[in-house]
Amino acid sequence: MIGNNPWLDGLLRILVIALAIPLSVIVLNYVERKVIGRVQNRLGPMRVGPYGTLQAVADTIKLLTKEDVRPHSADRWTFELAPYVVVVPTVVALVTLPITDDLFVRNLALGLFFILAVSTLSIVGLVMAGWGSDNKYAILGAMRSAAQLISYEIPLVMAAVAVAMVAHTPDGRGTLDLVQIVDGQGRVPYIVWQSLAFFIFVVAALAELYRQPFDIPVAESEVVGGPFVEYSGMRWAMFMMGEYVNLVLLSILASLVFLGGWNWPLGNEVGPALQVPLILIKTSLLILFFMWARAILPRLRIDQLMAYSWQVLLPLAFYQIIVNGLVLVYDWPDVVLGVLSGAGTVTAMFLTYRMVRRPVPVRRPAPVAAGAAREVSV
Amino acid sequence: MTLEEGIFYVVAAVTVLGGLGVVLARSVVYAALFLIVALLGVAGVFLLLAAEFLAIVQVLIYGAAVTILILFVLMLTRARDVPQAVDGPQKPFAFVLGSALLGLLVTAIVTTDWAALGATEQITLVPARELGRSLFRNWSVPFEVASLVLIVALVGAVILARMEEEEE
Repeated sequence: MIGNNPWLDGLLRILVIALAIPLSVIVLNYVERKVIGRVQNRLGPMRVGPYGTLQAVADTIKLLTKEDVRPHSADRWTFELAPYVVVVPTVVALVTLPITDDLFVRNLALGLFFILAVSTLSIVGLVMAGWGSDNKYAILGAMRSAAQLISYEIPLVMAAVAVAMVAHTPDGRGTLDLVQIVDGQGRVPYIVWQSLAFFIFVVAALAELYRQPFDIPVAESEVVGGPFVEYSGMRWAMFMMGEYVNLVLLSILASLVFLGGWNWPLGNEVGPALQVPLILIKTSLLILFFMWARAILPRLRIDQLMAYSWQVLLPLAFYQIIVNGLVLVYDWPDVVLGVLSGAGTVTAMFLTYRMVRRPVPVRRPAPVAAGAAREVSV
Repeated sequence: MTLEEGIFYVVAAVTVLGGLGVVLARSVVYAALFLIVALLGVAGVFLLLAAEFLAIVQVLIYGAAVTILILFVLMLTRARDVPQAVDGPQKPFAFVLGSALLGLLVTAIVTTDWAALGATEQITLVPARELGRSLFRNWSVPFEVASLVLIVALVGAVILARMEEEEE
């Protein structure tokens, strides 16, 4: 609390977040282009500034000064409001995200659930953008994003719920408070006991971010950018900002819930000077993992995408929840949890492998009914 | 007027205006978007009543998932091409029925002796853990019945959709 004034305190904390978001987006944009460039044996941006470090800044200035174009037939209100509907929920979610045990704007008792629920609202923005643009590629992209994001929201929430069920707290087990979840991890992070939940969470997060291999809603070669096809300048930049903020949000969330947040491996005794770098390292590793996945994996087909969510991720998430419930009821040691979850992870990886290797379904023409054929011949 | 009352009036105004938008908007897609506003307003009312868990569920299920599915259907049925076909001749009947329901609810609220039912000015926060315990321990059968109904509805929808597909 700063100066014993809750309003001033809240305002300052929100100000920090409001400044950190655009900065991190600029940095991440540069890092992403560099990482993907390196993976693909290119240099990435090199011209503006030393090693191209000012490229993202130059791009930002370009985007800010670019003309804001609205198609003549676009629906005015939905088209212009859509970027805000995408960005605002992610920022609201970020406000309740703890970075260390006392560095947050507002920690909620139901923090984990709140963050997952509020960030879902950005799907509405994508659908609004697609419909408002009055463009067939945009509406196709909006349909795809609505279907994909809702489908993967369920395994994402279920994986988080599984961890929340077994989280150690001072009074028994089970909490949705992110600070308590992190503090409960003590010496061993939950990724050891809940590896299946971590697997599901990361895959579902990858799909929620609609990045490769899950970039079906915005695929350049299929729907030319999906819902964003008609946007330019500042509004397009807001969509990109929403995407990167979501990337940061989900990475921080995964490192808090599964990787021990600011606790593991240094413990709770160290101060913020060590806690902040620790969580930044974990988050950066996850972000780099997401960028790496983007660089090396091809896009899934739409049938693979839906089947994977409903036939593989969701049943496995339920398996994890049932296992956790049994462990809670019968008070088994955590080792059982770790072994059963590990077995689930191996199954998940095998199913993923089999799913990817499955041959392309051949669509045969519908057989002509006997009666119809006779009619034609007559 | 206290701060809480001020917040309540803002939230209530958002809810009512969103509801009016649903009814009065000429485009059905606008109506669905106003529905999101109204449902988020209801989440705000839940928050003011210290029902945090309910508010978050409201945002997750109604604010996003359900309304997006509604939007999905509306967009697939080319709702935009027929912008004014939402209110037909049933408008006056709907108005009468709606006002009658409103009147009934208001009289019920005004005439009920709340103090006799144990209501106080204080709002007590029910922790999510307590809520879960009573939902899954004391009321688990109604909960299971409700989920069974939802499953039946889902399977029925799939079967109906598939039957139409086969007929084509």
